[in-house]
Amino acid sequence: MSLMKGLKAGVFAIGLVCASASAEAYKIYVTNEKDNTVTVINSDGWKVEQTLNVGQRPRGILLTKDGKYLLVCASDDDAVQVFDVATLKLVKTLPSGPDPELFILHPSGNPLYIANEDDNLVTVVDIVNNKVLAEVPVGVEPEGMGISPDGKVLVNTSETTNMAHFIDTTTYELTANVLVDSRPRFAQFSYDGSQLWVSSEIGGNVAVIDPATQKIIKKITFDVPGVTPEALQPVGVRVTKDGAKAFVALGPANRVAVVNAKTLEVEKYLLVGQRVWQLGFSPDQKHLFSTNGVSNDISIIDVAKLKVIKSVRTGRFPWGVVATPD
Amino acid sequence: MTGAVGQYGAAGYLRCMTGIIWREGLRFLQQRGRFIAALVRPLVWLFIFAAGFRSVLGVSIIEPYETYVLYEVYITPGLVGMIQLFNGMQSSLAMVYDREMGTMRTLLVSPFPRWFLLGSKLLAGTIVSIAQVYVFLAIAWFWEVDPPLGGYLTVFPALVLSGLMLGSLGLLLSSVIRQLENFAGIMNFVIFPMFFMSSALYPLWRMKESSPLLYELCSFNPFTYAVELIRHALYMQLNLQAALVAAGCTFAFMALAVFAYNPSKGLIARRGGPGG
Repeated sequence: MSLMKGLKAGVFAIGLVCASASAEAYKIYVTNEKDNTVTVINSDGWKVEQTLNVGQRPRGILLTKDGKYLLVCASDDDAVQVFDVATLKLVKTLPSGPDPELFILHPSGNPLYIANEDDNLVTVVDIVNNKVLAEVPVGVEPEGMGISPDGKVLVNTSETTNMAHFIDTTTYELTANVLVDSRPRFAQFSYDGSQLWVSSEIGGNVAVIDPATQKIIKKITFDVPGVTPEALQPVGVRVTKDGAKAFVALGPANRVAVVNAKTLEVEKYLLVGQRVWQLGFSPDQKHLFSTNGVSNDISIIDVAKLKVIKSVRTGRFPWGVVATPD
Repeated sequence: MTGAVGQYGAAGYLRCMTGIIWREGLRFLQQRGRFIAALVRPLVWLFIFAAGFRSVLGVSIIEPYETYVLYEVYITPGLVGMIQLFNGMQSSLAMVYDREMGTMRTLLVSPFPRWFLLGSKLLAGTIVSIAQVYVFLAIAWFWEVDPPLGGYLTVFPALVLSGLMLGSLGLLLSSVIRQLENFAGIMNFVIFPMFFMSSALYPLWRMKESSPLLYELCSFNPFTYAVELIRHALYMQLNLQAALVAAGCTFAFMALAVFAYNPSKGLIARRGGPGG
């Protein structure tokens, strides 16, 4: 009996330590592509708090810069839905153009740039006045969207054309096209704007581009022991604010690669759920979340320790994840 | 006999127990080959076998894990159990040797009760096995098998219980083996079936998928409970069912061993004495 008591006391003590550690609770929002829902997870205990019904085939998801509204790409409804974060009620629907997949906000908080996968367009939407400001023709099947920290350069990747298109946000003109490897899925600028990371799903690499010269600095490749090269399909990418590390979701390899953002070398692979898709940071960047499309959960990564600490069940086919406006 | 023991008192008991533990420890330290073998065996499983299965079995969330774990993380508690299982059997081998050499007779004619002498032997073997386990866990840590730090503490009582259970099984078996040569039988009929028919190498749900009968057999294997007790404790959780089964088995094996070692009633008497 003393053994059990001892163990129970130990578990209780650890529980207390954990409880006191989670001082600033926040929420994590996950789009479930198959269920037409958004799973709301509380960081305090990593518990699912609510499941919200949204439009059809929800994919891209983000928070407005003030953190008050949640924007969801309802791809099969051809709309972007806006939810009030406080009440989780639908506030309005934004015009988005057909099949919105991924989107990004201007650093000032408005407008919104949406990739329309079926129409080969990037639609620019004023989210305050519900107005389409421009439609920018890009390559075939546009998807990834990145914006420079100063808001002057928008980058869109087109899956079939295999290009990263540089768009001037004042003129809406294409200023450069950078050829990358097959099926570019995602684009992200580093926080200082010195690097642009573009993942190529079929190409199996991540191109790190110098936005000033539009030249590829390096193509980062991956090698996970025991995993076939075809399964190494980079999708979501996130770079830490301090520019030290980048995380790359490797699709059916079920791993998130940790890359040293200075040397551009892969340092570690973290085992997560099946077909890891998109990534999102916590507001303090202490945690990173990965959506695992086939195993229907998200994995929570401790960024400092580079360890996966928990996986939390979501709806079917979790796709996008957001916990912070940045 | 009671009078004789009475004159030694608690200090006498302690001295006797310390002597037995000390002897076991010395024997272990002097047999460097045994120490290396005890470490190499699980390390080979961890470094080579687990590497081969890394991607095959790297995806499943089962208690006490909170996320997906690599195969080497999964089998580590099973390998810890393996160390204790081999150690338990090794102690039983030593008992047979002691019996053949006559040192066991010297031990059993001491004024202390048989249960105490056998219990001390058991405790000595368990302490040796726990020392091996911690060295193994320290090496495994460099192989990215890094449970929470608190887990290294909470696993201790679990190791004591599982060590006692497997050690008492060894004691019981040593009472039925007549000669050292028969130890190969122990390998074939006890160690291998116990190890492979447990949750040490694969989760039981996977076993259930391929063979419900094997799953049932695994569920009746005490070694499964020792492994699950260790697995949960290493992640600071208590698997109550496993703890109760391990405690029950320890008691039963120990009681049978004490009975079997009774020269007038036990198996030794029935078989006509050691070696003979």
